[in-house]
Amino acid sequence: MSDIIRLQGVSKQFRLRNDKSLKERLVNRRASKDNETSFWALKDIDLTVAEGSTIGLVGHNGSGKSTLLKVIGGVLTPSAGIVERRGRLAALLELGAGFHGDLTGRENVFLNASLLGLTKKQTEQYFDAIVDFSGIEEFIDTQVKFYSSGMYVRLAFAVAVHVDPDILLVDEVLAVGDEPFQRKCIERIRQFQGEGRTIVLVTHSLDQVREMCDHAVMLDHGHSILQGTSVEIIRAFRDANDEVAAELLDDATESPASITDVQVTDPDGAPLLAIGPDQPVRFRIGIEAHEPIDDYVVGLALTDNMERLVYGTNTHMLGITVPPANGKHWVEFAVDRLPVVEGQYYVTAAVHPQRGAEWHRVDRAAVVRVRTTASEVGVVHLAPRFSAGAAS
Amino acid sequence: MSGLEQALGADAAPEDQRRHVTGEMTRVFSQARWFHGFWADVREVVQYRELLGNLVRKELKVKYKDSFLGFFWTLVRPLLQLLVYSVAIGFFLGSGKVIPEFGVYLFTGLLAWSLFTDIIGGSTGSIISNAGLVKKVYMPRELFPLSVVGASSVNFAVQLVVLLGAYVVTGSWPAPSNLLLVPLALITLILFATALGLMLAAANVFLRDVQYLVEVGLLLWFWMTPIVYDWTKVQSTLTDAGVPWLFDVYMLNPMANVVLAFQRALWPGGLTEQGAPFYYDGPLALRLVIISAVSLLLLWFAQRVFARAQGNFAQEL
Repeated sequence: MSDIIRLQGVSKQFRLRNDKSLKERLVNRRASKDNETSFWALKDIDLTVAEGSTIGLVGHNGSGKSTLLKVIGGVLTPSAGIVERRGRLAALLELGAGFHGDLTGRENVFLNASLLGLTKKQTEQYFDAIVDFSGIEEFIDTQVKFYSSGMYVRLAFAVAVHVDPDILLVDEVLAVGDEPFQRKCIERIRQFQGEGRTIVLVTHSLDQVREMCDHAVMLDHGHSILQGTSVEIIRAFRDANDEVAAELLDDATESPASITDVQVTDPDGAPLLAIGPDQPVRFRIGIEAHEPIDDYVVGLALTDNMERLVYGTNTHMLGITVPPANGKHWVEFAVDRLPVVEGQYYVTAAVHPQRGAEWHRVDRAAVVRVRTTASEVGVVHLAPRFSAGAAS
Repeated sequence: MSGLEQALGADAAPEDQRRHVTGEMTRVFSQARWFHGFWADVREVVQYRELLGNLVRKELKVKYKDSFLGFFWTLVRPLLQLLVYSVAIGFFLGSGKVIPEFGVYLFTGLLAWSLFTDIIGGSTGSIISNAGLVKKVYMPRELFPLSVVGASSVNFAVQLVVLLGAYVVTGSWPAPSNLLLVPLALITLILFATALGLMLAAANVFLRDVQYLVEVGLLLWFWMTPIVYDWTKVQSTLTDAGVPWLFDVYMLNPMANVVLAFQRALWPGGLTEQGAPFYYDGPLALRLVIISAVSLLLLWFAQRVFARAQGNFAQEL
């Protein structure tokens, strides 16, 4: 597959000026230099996107995701580096794709479509489909400034997907629409993927990245830290977040308890690596209390290799009071069956007080491999019985 | 691919049905340099001409949106100016007795002047008022000042109809001999105003004071241009004061030349009763050609300034 977007050493420097008027600049001429601070919103980004792939940009607020998208879209000119791309591009940057508030929805559709490179004739041809997709027929002749943010995004998305783009840039907009519309958008993005169009997505929802993207890029303070498959990136991103949380915790207080180890065993206490879906399993969590602890909660979670949460619970949710402890001890969650589809499952354990920040948490502390005889996809191992017959 | 599609057999389209983008990789931008890229930028604007048409239409629509009289307001301002100056200057100050057909005289000057102010004032704010578009979509940003030029030209054409009406009412028509000055003056005006407008549009993004500066500057400029008074007064006053060379300085004002050309071509009262010309009888055509040439150079310069600035528009808005 050939590349469709190529970035080489792209950097973008922002200058922040706190004074915008002539008076301020003249009056505070001395201070003017001090007021001018600059920072790198993007630094040395190299990125290639293969045609037909879907790539997600993840990172914290202010990590440069949206700036990168704008640079790809050509809205911002980078301070250094090269951006190359092929084909027609449609972008949904922040809210709306460039509507003018004083014009009606109808007029904006035509204006916007011509911004994206469609002729008037082509737009007329797509117009009904656009309005239909957006689902705001009643308001199409209302000025856009009276639209709710959801209506705005609906119309913008409808235009962007109907202009036949080769590349679609989507920035966080899906979060604004209501649930049915979000589903509609995701369906359409799936269809685009099937048709071999290229999609670049900025989102805070890691679930969306996992579901829709095949590759992802993790950004932090303008640097591209990691590029890889979406699962790799999601995992790295979660790990990085945990580090931040752990640092915060260390700063606050020395944690009263920590998790020493997590074991997956059979009922006799022998370690387990692979099991069938109907076998009993025990999850034994070793805890060390650095001071006498009372009224605390132990949590357990299972995630699959796609970072999907398969199961989660804790002693509080189960209505159990954990006996007071001091020093090393253990707790155990025993299940009779683990009815999930074949795959690797990771065990995450956490210990925290009834109220307040968690004391300690270990992600993917143990792994258990589930083997089934059936070939199936999804999460739950249902093992259906099958029958057929003529309808009466 | 997600598990859902895998399970339901909704595989991606077969390889031969998947689309493939043909064509070479193109640079999304290039760092603007001083001596290159003007023609490339011009070519790009030409490519986007359909969008330019839409933006002009948008500009006209948005301007009087939500107003009851709508497009009629285009005519109200010049007509009101005409009334005020006719009464104040023509009647009270007595210019109307000196300058024949004072109403038409005023209107020809105002016609050129309002085109100029529309372009300058409009393009100064054009990037900011279209921030919603500038921040979201790529297009040559020159289109916004240019769309103001287009919309202002349409307004100009409407006002021209009023002038025709004035001819019908007064029954005196301009001599056809000087009519060719009108397109020449119009080209000069548009070139000059577009060049200024491009620079002001870019400057205003970085420093919002520019729009207020422009307002004040235009007021000053108005009185430095022979619209409500006649140029002979300026010349005779300056000669009497012993500084005749100052009149040459006065005539360096491109708008003075444009307005004088409009008056010479479109004002039927340009000749005194003895047949001597009352309008400016210097080599106007030559002057306009020179100003156009200089404006063209200025336009090139303005476009380069604009091109260098536009990369930072989206972040400054």
